[in-house]
This record gives sequence, structure tokens and C-alpha cells, in this order.
Amino acid sequence: MTVKIPTPSAPPSPHEAVKEASMLKQKEMIARNYELLTGTAENGRKVVSTFVPGNLNELVMCFDMLNNLPEINAIQNGMKKLSGGYIEEAEKRGHSEDVCTYVKADLGMMAKGNLAPNGKPLPRPDLLLLSYTGCFTFMKWFELLREQYKCPTVMLHVPYQGDGHATQNMRDYIVKQLKDEVIPALERASGVKFDIDRLREYLRESARAEDDLVRVLESAKRKPSPIDAYFGGVFYIGPIFTAFRGTPDATEYYRLLRAEVDERVRRGLGPVTPEGDMKSQRYRLVVEGPPNWTSFREFWKMFYDEGAVVVASSYTKVGGLYDRGFRHDPDHPLESLADYCLGVYTNHNLPQRVALLEQYMREYEADGLLINSIKSCNSFSAGQLMIMREIEKRTGKPGAFIETDLVDPRYFSAANVKNRLESYFQMIDQKRQTATAA
Amino acid sequence: MIDTNKTTAAIVARCQELFDDLEFGSAREWKEAGPNRRVVAYMPIYVPRELIHAAGMLPLGILGGGENLEVIHGDAYYQSYICRIPRSTLELGVTGRLDFVDGFLFPSICDVIRNLSGIWKLLFPKVYVRYFDVPQNFDDEIGGRYYVQELTELREGLERLGGVRVTDEALRASTALYNENRRLIRELYAVRAEAPWLAPTSEVYLLLRAGMVLPVEEHSQLLRDYLAAVRAAPRPRRDNCRVVLNGVFCEQPPLNLIKAIEMSGCYVVDDDFTLVNRWLLDDVPLAGDPLRNLASAFLHRSAETSAKYQPDEAKKGKFLVDSVRSNGAEGVIFAAPSFCDPALLDRPMLESALDRVDVPHIGFKYAENSAQMQPVREQAGTFADSIKLWSAP
Amino acid sequence: MNCYIGIDLGSTTTKSVVMDDGGQVLGRGITNSRSNYDTAAAVSKQEALIDARFTLLRRGLEGAPSLKGKVDAFLGDLERHFRHVQFLEQLDDLEQTARRNGRGLRFAGQEQALGEALGEVFRRLREESEALFAPGARRRSDFFRDIAGSRFMALAEPLCKEAGLSFDLMLNVYDKSIIEVENRPPSGAMQGKFLRALELALGAGGGAGDAVAHPVRAALEIPLEEAYVVGTGYGRVRLPFPKEHIRSEILCHGLGAHIMYDGTRTVLDIGGQDTKAIQVDKEGIVENFQMNDRCAAGTGRYLGYVADEMKMGLHELGPLAMKATKTLRINSTCTVFAGAELRDRLALGDKREDILAGLHRAIILRAMSIISRSGGIRDQFTFTGGVAKNEAAVRELRKLVKENYGDVTININPDSIYTGALGGAAFARRAVQA
Repeated sequence: MTVKIPTPSAPPSPHEAVKEASMLKQKEMIARNYELLTGTAENGRKVVSTFVPGNLNELVMCFDMLNNLPEINAIQNGMKKLSGGYIEEAEKRGHSEDVCTYVKADLGMMAKGNLAPNGKPLPRPDLLLLSYTGCFTFMKWFELLREQYKCPTVMLHVPYQGDGHATQNMRDYIVKQLKDEVIPALERASGVKFDIDRLREYLRESARAEDDLVRVLESAKRKPSPIDAYFGGVFYIGPIFTAFRGTPDATEYYRLLRAEVDERVRRGLGPVTPEGDMKSQRYRLVVEGPPNWTSFREFWKMFYDEGAVVVASSYTKVGGLYDRGFRHDPDHPLESLADYCLGVYTNHNLPQRVALLEQYMREYEADGLLINSIKSCNSFSAGQLMIMREIEKRTGKPGAFIETDLVDPRYFSAANVKNRLESYFQMIDQKRQTATAA
Repeated sequence: MIDTNKTTAAIVARCQELFDDLEFGSAREWKEAGPNRRVVAYMPIYVPRELIHAAGMLPLGILGGGENLEVIHGDAYYQSYICRIPRSTLELGVTGRLDFVDGFLFPSICDVIRNLSGIWKLLFPKVYVRYFDVPQNFDDEIGGRYYVQELTELREGLERLGGVRVTDEALRASTALYNENRRLIRELYAVRAEAPWLAPTSEVYLLLRAGMVLPVEEHSQLLRDYLAAVRAAPRPRRDNCRVVLNGVFCEQPPLNLIKAIEMSGCYVVDDDFTLVNRWLLDDVPLAGDPLRNLASAFLHRSAETSAKYQPDEAKKGKFLVDSVRSNGAEGVIFAAPSFCDPALLDRPMLESALDRVDVPHIGFKYAENSAQMQPVREQAGTFADSIKLWSAP
Repeated sequence: MNCYIGIDLGSTTTKSVVMDDGGQVLGRGITNSRSNYDTAAAVSKQEALIDARFTLLRRGLEGAPSLKGKVDAFLGDLERHFRHVQFLEQLDDLEQTARRNGRGLRFAGQEQALGEALGEVFRRLREESEALFAPGARRRSDFFRDIAGSRFMALAEPLCKEAGLSFDLMLNVYDKSIIEVENRPPSGAMQGKFLRALELALGAGGGAGDAVAHPVRAALEIPLEEAYVVGTGYGRVRLPFPKEHIRSEILCHGLGAHIMYDGTRTVLDIGGQDTKAIQVDKEGIVENFQMNDRCAAGTGRYLGYVADEMKMGLHELGPLAMKATKTLRINSTCTVFAGAELRDRLALGDKREDILAGLHRAIILRAMSIISRSGGIRDQFTFTGGVAKNEAAVRELRKLVKENYGDVTININPDSIYTGALGGAAFARRAVQA
């Protein structure tokens, strides 16, 4: 008797039907980065582990170090349906079922060989760069990783915009940490001396790509929208939020992407979905909260099957609000990094988040706000019901609330989510009918 | 002649009354007793109450709604996977129980409390709301400089709120009062660690909670009275084991849970209840710049807890291990609120630290309104029995 | 005539409502939801059509002078006979199915004894059915499974003993057969059954002869055309309906509540699966809704769990809770923890009724939070769903509504279980007439 072993699926791409140049480019970039990361024994590169929000990629590059992002590994594992097993492994080892599943997926993955998506083991980091931005759990996560790796760790504490704005004191504090702690730690770990002009060069490169990203995201103001700013958006932000910001590769990616989106606009096409071009756009939504990764495809399908397109999302701002004008600034390199860290979406206070979503609702002429509330992520989730209330009150547009998780398959109930989405879309329909009748 | 108002029973009854009062009658009375009086509430774990006091205001500790508050509207703001303290705190707010509060400080403890600060801003626009961020960098020139500026901003905010000046002189006087209060609490903890049968934790806890709502002067007097009463009235010693209770620094366990632990054979000899009372480990110097002194105490002489970063891996868990040793504890009970990120993420690391030095531990979760005590009694009872077995000659 | 039909596939029961061109409700039907939603939908629809037929009969007979003042009695009689005829038909089906299932290898050597025993059980069931459908007799349920099942057990056990047959074997045959019978689409021929019932009713001393038979026959002649069917409810996605025939239960509940009470602005529905709070505008259009989150706290299931834990019937909880002298505070809205808290309370010596009163308050508190989440209560407030039949739950709800929202009109319709189906039927009507 033979047992058929299912082959693990490749990371899903939104462009499977039509492979566009940008998609191929990104796939190649990610694959190459994992090859570099898993090949440090041969290539001799040093590795820094750090987080996505407010990451210091340009600074890390100044030390010829590679950037390994545990959230990205967790997402990869979620999409490949491996995270469930990893989470259970971590829970078996004493982690509570109550806490963040990114953390548990990461720790479980370590316990099970720490394999990268290319099947090779990830290296031990030479430095843990704890960029504590917008998420309390990051701090505990790196303490837990440090306990495993016993490697040097440096903390970058980014204060929260409690009063809805960054202060000079916050900026000074971050710059001082960069100068006195982070840069020396990177120098020690890499053996490379810091060169601020090199940093300027990378920041200049970042800003170029950032311009194109904004153009792509804002294309969703058109009707029909040529992109989906959530399900497609998570792919568009990939390079700039992770290990590629500041590289010519990223600039090239966004140049390609921008050209493709411009072309879609010219041809009046809707977004690309896994099942081809989206035809009708009946509902325009703003989405708050991260997506679910374990059932990403199924989740997305619930939207495009109903003709729902996401025109703006907050999740695509966890790596910076470029669309509100922020750019990395080569003339003020460290200050610009500080502003970058301070300005990521999850470091904004609740009234700021409400204001931003309200602006999106209006600027993108959305029919409603959908909140995907993630069990793991209190930074996002605690207060989302307040956000919904406020947006409904301020815009008069209906909100909807669904609950899933990032990478824990136990918290994705397709029937539940579908039921609520259907009810929501029908409600929008009904309201529209009465509005036209009136 | 024993003053009947100053027996342990009378003092504890007074504390219980304050504890049960979800309308915060004593704080309301304080406010009404004088013109332009201001009350500034704060949540766990730490705010520099000296500053509030120096502005002539009453610091009021809000630790959720406890087990007796029915939460209706508070629940409307939170998903089921979020702990209970923000819901019950909001319930207190939207039902008008905190309508006399002029300011509210939300310390940096976790993302839930952090975001609650924003909800409060949206719901109560007239209240002075501040998210009180503390440094996670403990270098005087980096975290220290940042923190002094944060304290300065808080001072200015309070000055605007009260229309007053907070002078250095006033701040020194307030610091002295809080130094004394902390000294008395340290003394209370020392008494309990030495002879826990004299000062049961259910009583110590209520005394600490009284410190959340009373003016510091009054609370210090209550502590002095209790210490005197305890020394005057011997109580029988039981054959209990000695434990440290950890994880109770934010959402509070129900009083019955504390009693259940004690009744099942455990003396609690240290804990992390109401850390604001003991956050600074020794006296804050009075000479020199008062804000710098507060900052320095925070950076170098403050308690360790899950919400605070430990830069040195080797020292992770040391604070707890030291407490076990110095208080002669035989084990640790981890009790954490359900869905408490800081406590639950920290616990495995603290457990490893205890394992390395062979300190036994157990753990469970609670909510401020947990009602089923049987599992707690069983676990704590079994733990106490097993400790006695191990330590038997 | 045109019929607009709404079918609400709930997790425990499936409901149908038939509406006419003028928006009047003609009939309602209910059946237990089965593993097979298609059949449940078909059965409930048929029941609603039967009920509609009775409405037409009533309309027809109201003009008959010989029945003046006796229409109710006559229709009651007719229905009784109709149900009896229907019951006997289903019983035949069950017997044939059971006999078929009683053959085969497993029963080798016992086939004959089994066949005889089955024959005897069904003979007696038929015999008993006379009394069961006699005038004034009370049946504890109208679902065939409930009526036939309990009597089958009672009759089969002694018979098996006598015949030396294994009772388990017999049960096995029954279980298999009842599922088959239940999941068979209902036979369509209603006309014949009505005529047979009419004969019986007239024969049994209805006494009015042709003066009655004529309008009855005329009413039976009216064709009931299914102009449009809308499906809703938990199981709607499993229906073989085209998409435009499906509406979410939220929309249907909102509209259904509006039709029942046109002043409705806030609807609370506590069902077996979930709890919903719905805000509707003055036309019954949904403006906002909230459902319980992933957690089952505050749904009917919570009470089901409590009933199991206390080894009581679900319908017994409310009456016992009404006897409470005080309401204990039960803090665990968590379905799983409620059991532990319950046991803890019982161990402490608290009275069952006081605990139950607390549990009812707990479930309503949870519902109040969901209402608050949806925007609070606006006058008028309509409460629907299975839990709306529970008097202890209703009492707590009234108290809490008053405490939190003051004097608000609270509507609870005895037919509230049909709210979703009613909304569905109204949508069906709009789909054709709009």
C-alpha cells in the first residue's frame, strides 16, 4: 500500500492566473533572500532578527547584515498551513493558548528545526534588534527568542503617540538610542564601521520606491479600482516593509508595479484575483486590521465573489503611512528613521486611527468599514469596536465586524465569516435601494 | 485600653468598605470637601503619584470593577478574547461612576491599556487623559533624559488641569510623604514575610487597596494603626507552606481567590499586588532636582515586572528568585488574568528561572469576576501538600 | 393564487411562512431541522401550505350559514382528522421501511420473529392513534418523530421480551428507519388527505352535509402557486436555491419583526446558535447589527448546556428559575466555565432555583452587551427566538431594559419563532411585486 503525501503548496500569489512582471520579481527577491539567509555558513553574512513595523532595514544594510523578520516567517508558515502545528508545539511547551500566535508559530518553528520556506534551516541571529514599535508583545517575543539564542540583543524603544503626535522628546530619545546603543551593537555584531553616507544613499533609494508605492495605493480612488488594497495590498507592501527597502531591487519592483497598475487603469480593469480579473465592483470597502493568513485564499474569495473590493486598508500602513506624506529623508538620516518608527500605524493612538480611517472612507468613497479583528493582536484589536462606532457615527456608513486570527487555523471559521459578510453586503444593498427610492 | 476603632477587625472592615464601594464615595467626599479640588485616576502599574499630590490633587487607583460589577456597556467595546479589566473600567466610566474624575493616566503596561487611553479620549473629551509612557532604556543619559522630559510634560499637564503651579518644594514634600508610605508598606510586607499568620494576605491586600483611594496621609496612618494592632493581638500559627504570588499586577483576582489560596494551606509571603505602592524600592532622595530623583529611582531602583524590559538576559527572573530567597518562600504560585499578554508571555521565562534553582511552582488563570474557586483550592492545596512532603526531613 | 414563501433553516427547527398577494400571512409550518436541509425545507413548506389551506377553508366556511358559530369546532375536527390521516400514512411508510431494514444477514434466523413483532407494534400504534387524535386529546409534539418514537419504544420493549428478541436490535431497526422516513421528501398529494379528512369529519357528526362540503371543496380547488421562495437562516447556504433567492437571517429578522410590530426599531433574537441585535429603520430596513462573537456565551446553547448539566429539560429551566427567592450572581458567561461554576455553587449549598435565576440573568447580560454594541435599544424593542419563550429570561430582560434604557415598549410575539421566515416571505413578495 502506498501513502500519498500531499506536496506543500507554494506560497500563494494573487497573480496565479496572470503572472505579472512585478509578481515574478517579488517572488525572485524573496527566494533569493531566503537563500542568502539559509546560506550564511557559506556566504559568511551576519544576520539580524528584527520586526516589521518601524524596521531599520537601511541601517542594517549599512553593516552588510541580512534581515530576518519573524513575522514574515510566521506569515509564510501560515500560508503554507504549517503554523497550526507550530502553535500547538509551542503550547505543548507551556505557552498559553491566550497569547499571540505569531510568537507561538515562531517558537514552535524553532522547536521543529527552524526551516525556512526553501526547506533549509534558518541561521541563528548574530543580533536581535528589538524594535519595540507599536506592539507590546514584541518585547516579550524577543526576550523569549533571546532565551533560546543567547545572542546579543539591543532594544530600540519607540514611544507611543499617546497624545496623537510625535514629540521632539520622543525623536531625541530614539536618535540617542540609535547613536549610543543600536549602531554600536550593529558594529560589534558585524565588524563593520558605521558610515552615515552609506545610510543616506539607502534612504534616497527608499524614497524613490515609496513614491511609486503611494501612486499604486492611491489608484484605488478610481472607479473601478484597479487594485485591491488589502488582499492585493499585502503583496504590494511586501518589499518595502521588509528586507528590501532601500535596495535597487525594491525600486525596480515598484516601478514595474506602478506601470502595471497604470496599464490597468488605462484599460479600465479591476484588480487581479487568483481567479483572474475581478469583473464587477459592487462594494467599495475600507478594511481595518491584519488579514488571516491560514485561509487567505478562501477569505479573499468571499470578497471578490460578491463583488467587494477593498479600496484602502490600515494593515498596509503598519510599515509606515507613506500616503500621508512620510518619506525617508537622506538629509536627516537618523531623525528620519526616528520619524519612521514613530509614524507606523500601530504606533498611532486610537483617535488618530479613527481620523485616518474616516479620511479613507471619504477619500476613497467607500460604502463601509470592515473590521477584521485578530485574536492575536491586541495592538490592533483592543478598541476596534470603538473605532467602528466612531466611523459609523461620523460617516453614516455601516461597519461590519468579523473575527479571525493571523496564523492560528483554529480561529478561522469560514461559515461564520461568510455569514457575516453576506449579511453585511445585503445590508449595504438594502440601504442603497432605499436611498435611491427615497 | 484597646481603641476599638483600631483593632485589626475594625481597620480591615473600613478597608473592605472602601474596596466594595464602586461609587468611590471617599474620593467623591474628598473632592467635595474643598473648592477646585481635582481627582486624577490611574491604572496599573505605575504612575508617579507624587506629582499628582504635589499639584494638590487626589490620585485615585482604578483597578477594574471587581467581581461585583455587572458589565453591560463595557462588554460592547471588547471582543471575548480580551481581558476583563478594560471592560469593567469602561463600565465604571459609561455608567457615570467616574464622573468626578478630572484626569486619567494610563501607564505603559500593555497594548490593551494603551488603547484604552484612546477610547477614554474619545468617550470623555473633557477629562485630561494621558498615556504615561516610561522608558524601556535604563541609561540616565538616554532613558533618563527622556523620562525627565515626560515627567515635565505630566507636571505641566497637571498644572493646566488644576490652574496651579507644581513647585519643586511641593514635590519634595509629596515625595517625602510617599517615601513614608512606601516605608510603611515595606514594613507591612516584612511583618507578613516573617509571621504571615499575623497579617493574612486577604487583609494586607485590602490595606493596599485602601491606598488606591485614600489620600496618602490617611493611608499611612491606617498602615501604622494596622501594624500596631497586629503586633498587639497574636493569632494562631498554622502549618502552611510559604509561597510567592506572581502575575496579579494588573487585573485583580477576586478577594475569594486570595482567601482560597490561604485556606488551602499557603501563606503568601510576597506578591505583586498594586505595584504602584512598592514600585520604587527605597526612598527617593529629597535633595536636588525632584524630577531627576524620581527618574533615577525609576531607572535604577524599581521593581521588576512583566511590563518592564530586562536588558540583561542573565538577570531575567532574578527579581522573583531573589524574592523567593529573601522571604523564605518554598514555592511560587503564578496567577495571571486570562488573556493577559505580559503575564502569560513572561511566565515561561520566569518558570525556567525558578526551575534552574529548583523552586517549585504552579500556575493558573483567573478573571476579576471568576467565581469557581474549587480548582484554585485544589491546585493550591495539592501544591501546599507536595511542598510539605518535599521539605519533610 | 400566488404564494410567497419564506423558509428559515435554523439549527434546531426549520420554519416556513406563506404570504398572499396582499401581504397577509396564510400559513406557517415548522419541523425539526435534520441532517438533510432539503427535506426539512420541503416539510416545513408543506406544513405551511397545509396551514394556508386551512386559512382558505376558514375563509370559505365563514360564509356558510349552517356553520354559524361552529367554524372553529368544525375546522378543529377537520384538522384532527387530517393529522390522523397524515400520521397513518407516515406510519405505513415507517412500517414498510422498518420491515425492509429488518431483512438481511444481520437478522438471519430472526427475520420472522422480528417481522411479527414489528407487525404487532405497528398494529398497536395504529390502534392507539385513534385515541391520540381523538377530540380533546393532547399531543406533546406535532413532529412525527416525537409522537411515533416514544410510543414505539414503549410498545416494542415488552413485545421483544415476550418474543425473545433483542430490544437493541429492534431499536437499531427503528433508528435507521426513522431517519430514512424523515429524510424522504414528503409526498405531495394533499388533496386526497383533505377529502378523506372531510369525509371523516362529516361522518363523525359534523352534520352539515353539502352545505359544508361544498365550500370546503371549493377552497380545496384554489391552486396555491409558489410564486417565489426565499431561503434564510443558518442552513441557507446548503439550500439548492439560486443566490437571489437567499437572504441573510439578519435582514429577514429585521423585516419580520417590523411586519409583526411596525414600531420596531431594535430587535433582539436569541436562538440556539447565536444571539443577534438588529437596528432597523421605520421601514424595517437593517441599519446595524451585531452578533455574538466566536464565543457561545449568551446564546440559547448556554441554557442547553446548563440544562444538561442539571439533568433537566430545557423548557423546565425557566419555570424553576421563576421560583427563586434571590438571584445569585453567576459570573461565567463562558459556556464551558458555567458548568464548573454551577457545580461549585451547588457544592456550597446554594439552591438550584437561585442559581438558575443567576444563569438567566447572565445570559441576558451578555445579550445586553451585544445590544449595546449594536447601538443600544430604541423604542420599540422586539424580542424573538427560542429564549423569548423562557419566562425567567424575559423577566430579567424587562428589568435590565428598564434599568438601562428606561420605559421602552417590549414586544414578544407568541409566533416569534417565525420572524425570520416571515421576513423571508416578505422579501419573496417584494421580489415579484417590486
